[in-house]
Amino acid sequence: MQSQAQSFMHHTIRYMNLAGFSWLTPVVRLAMGENPREQAQEIARRIGLPLAAILMFLAFWSTAAAQIDTSLGKFPGPAAVYAAGQSLWQDHQASREKETAFYQRQEDRNAKKLAANPDAEVKIRPFTGAPTYVDQIFTSLKTVFTGFIFASVIAIPLGVACGLSPLLNTAIAPIVQVLKPVSPLAWLPLVTMVVSAVYVSEDPLFPKSFLNSAITVTLCCMWPTLINTAMGVANIDKDLINVGRVIQLNWFTQVRKIAVPASLPAIFTGLRISLGIGWMVLIAAEMLAQNPGLGKFVWDEFQNGSSESLARIMFAVVTIGFIGFVLDTVMLSLQKMVAHDGEQQH
Amino acid sequence: MANYLDISHVSMEFPTKNGPFKALDKVNLKIERGEFISLIGHSGCGKSTVLNIVAGLHQATEGAIILEGKEVNQPGPDRAVVFQNHSLFPWLTVYENVEIAVKQIFKGKKSRAEIKQWVEHNLQLVHMSHALHKYPAEISGGMKQRVGIARALAMEPKVLLMDEPFGALDALTRAHLQDSLMEIQAELNNTVILITHDVDEAVLLSDRIVMMSNGPAATIGEVLHIDLPRPRDRLVLADSPEYNHYRAEVLTFLHQKQAKPDVPMTNKGQQSAPENAQGAPVKKPPELKQVVGG
Repeated sequence: MQSQAQSFMHHTIRYMNLAGFSWLTPVVRLAMGENPREQAQEIARRIGLPLAAILMFLAFWSTAAAQIDTSLGKFPGPAAVYAAGQSLWQDHQASREKETAFYQRQEDRNAKKLAANPDAEVKIRPFTGAPTYVDQIFTSLKTVFTGFIFASVIAIPLGVACGLSPLLNTAIAPIVQVLKPVSPLAWLPLVTMVVSAVYVSEDPLFPKSFLNSAITVTLCCMWPTLINTAMGVANIDKDLINVGRVIQLNWFTQVRKIAVPASLPAIFTGLRISLGIGWMVLIAAEMLAQNPGLGKFVWDEFQNGSSESLARIMFAVVTIGFIGFVLDTVMLSLQKMVAHDGEQQH
Repeated sequence: MANYLDISHVSMEFPTKNGPFKALDKVNLKIERGEFISLIGHSGCGKSTVLNIVAGLHQATEGAIILEGKEVNQPGPDRAVVFQNHSLFPWLTVYENVEIAVKQIFKGKKSRAEIKQWVEHNLQLVHMSHALHKYPAEISGGMKQRVGIARALAMEPKVLLMDEPFGALDALTRAHLQDSLMEIQAELNNTVILITHDVDEAVLLSDRIVMMSNGPAATIGEVLHIDLPRPRDRLVLADSPEYNHYRAEVLTFLHQKQAKPDVPMTNKGQQSAPENAQGAPVKKPPELKQVVGG
């Protein structure tokens, strides 16, 4: 019994470490009755300390906010921001209710029509309410992942090629170094013009604003993946390559079975940095491209200038930070899963 | 064709800024089938270069490697290599590390069941059947090297090349692996070229010890036949006068005839104090005695 419980605990702790919840381990250990005194100290250190810091930060924020007067009223403190969040959530729910009611009405009407005349042509019109805050979050996520996937699809193969060929690497290194620090705000006008000229379609699959934002994200976030992949592939242990030569793997298999798996940890480190940059860049891109995500939300509230605007923007800031944190945690977990340090279990 | 493997007039030059550097000069060595050869010499004498040329990983500037009457100059599974740092793929399990080689080499020659059996058989040979599904990071250094040996054996090589395979291991683990290697050798009777720094290892395992002179332009200095009966037992040999005589001959070659210029010349190689041996791979006799005794 005891050992079963032990192994359950170790499994739980390992998965929590992998998922970025290592700060919860003392709680699990305490729950399993392991040395309460030590675990309590550990909890105080790993949970209590950050919690105290957050409380202090909130107190500082709230006093500082009270001192700042803007043309839109006082700078929002934590309480105002929390209220703004609640009102955004209520707006979202209200809009969803409206939407359901809207479709329900149409279905009722259509049903009636069909009952009167089975051959009647019935239509469902889409709901045209403004996107809610939650919709905007999902638009942002969809946009950032589209850009991030584009970037990965370009950067990983190119990085592998650069890692395999020092000549190619030397050739493109200066180009990469020059393009890497360019701000999304500089890319966006160019991307917009190119997309407008090239992407002409009667019935576009994606809105242009979405493409503009996603491509801007791609242009800004592909570099860390490219550089890390190239470095990872270039620094593979020479003996591993020699093993491949001794067993006479052909070039393609050598790349697929040795170069790529060996550099996977480096690739994932690059991907994690890329996604972080992508998320940061996205907000700016959405503001300018008017892609209906969090960036546009911030911009619209800024233009709107109501008494609630600052609190809403501040709430968006918190949301953006929190989502960025979650994305980073997810990438870190993936990175740990592909690491070759013996932590991973099938 | 009298010789199984012929290392014929092999010279190696590396280009440097100050013109070519001659690492090896006309190395000549003929090896019989089933012979166990050790290459011993100071660091930088080009032992590994010889091995890499035989493996086909380096190309000799002059001369050739002739295996069973045919010249070889590309790497291939007929000359399997056991690398010093095990070189297991860290993302594959013990089983998969051997399997990747077996699948590639016996593609179309062995059925799926036969491949599985062959992989398991070779891992059993090195006593690693208990850890088939562990990752390299989860097993000890000695175990990793065992898997590296299993992977090389599974290639059914004509010549097994071992590049200081036990160099990174502690003395006791090294002794265990040497015993395992002798066991396997008694069963399979492979042709082996082993590179080593360790005089005891060379005497214990080899049929012939090839002693290399110092570089640049290193070449074969002396060849010592070891006529000790097999199977050999390290405990019995520790007191054997023949064994100690062979040992002394190798030590004399290394520490007197080919003493490194930065090491003060001593008459008795065994007595060369460790504090004199700055950076030189001089074996410390007390440690070796412990190995032999343990």
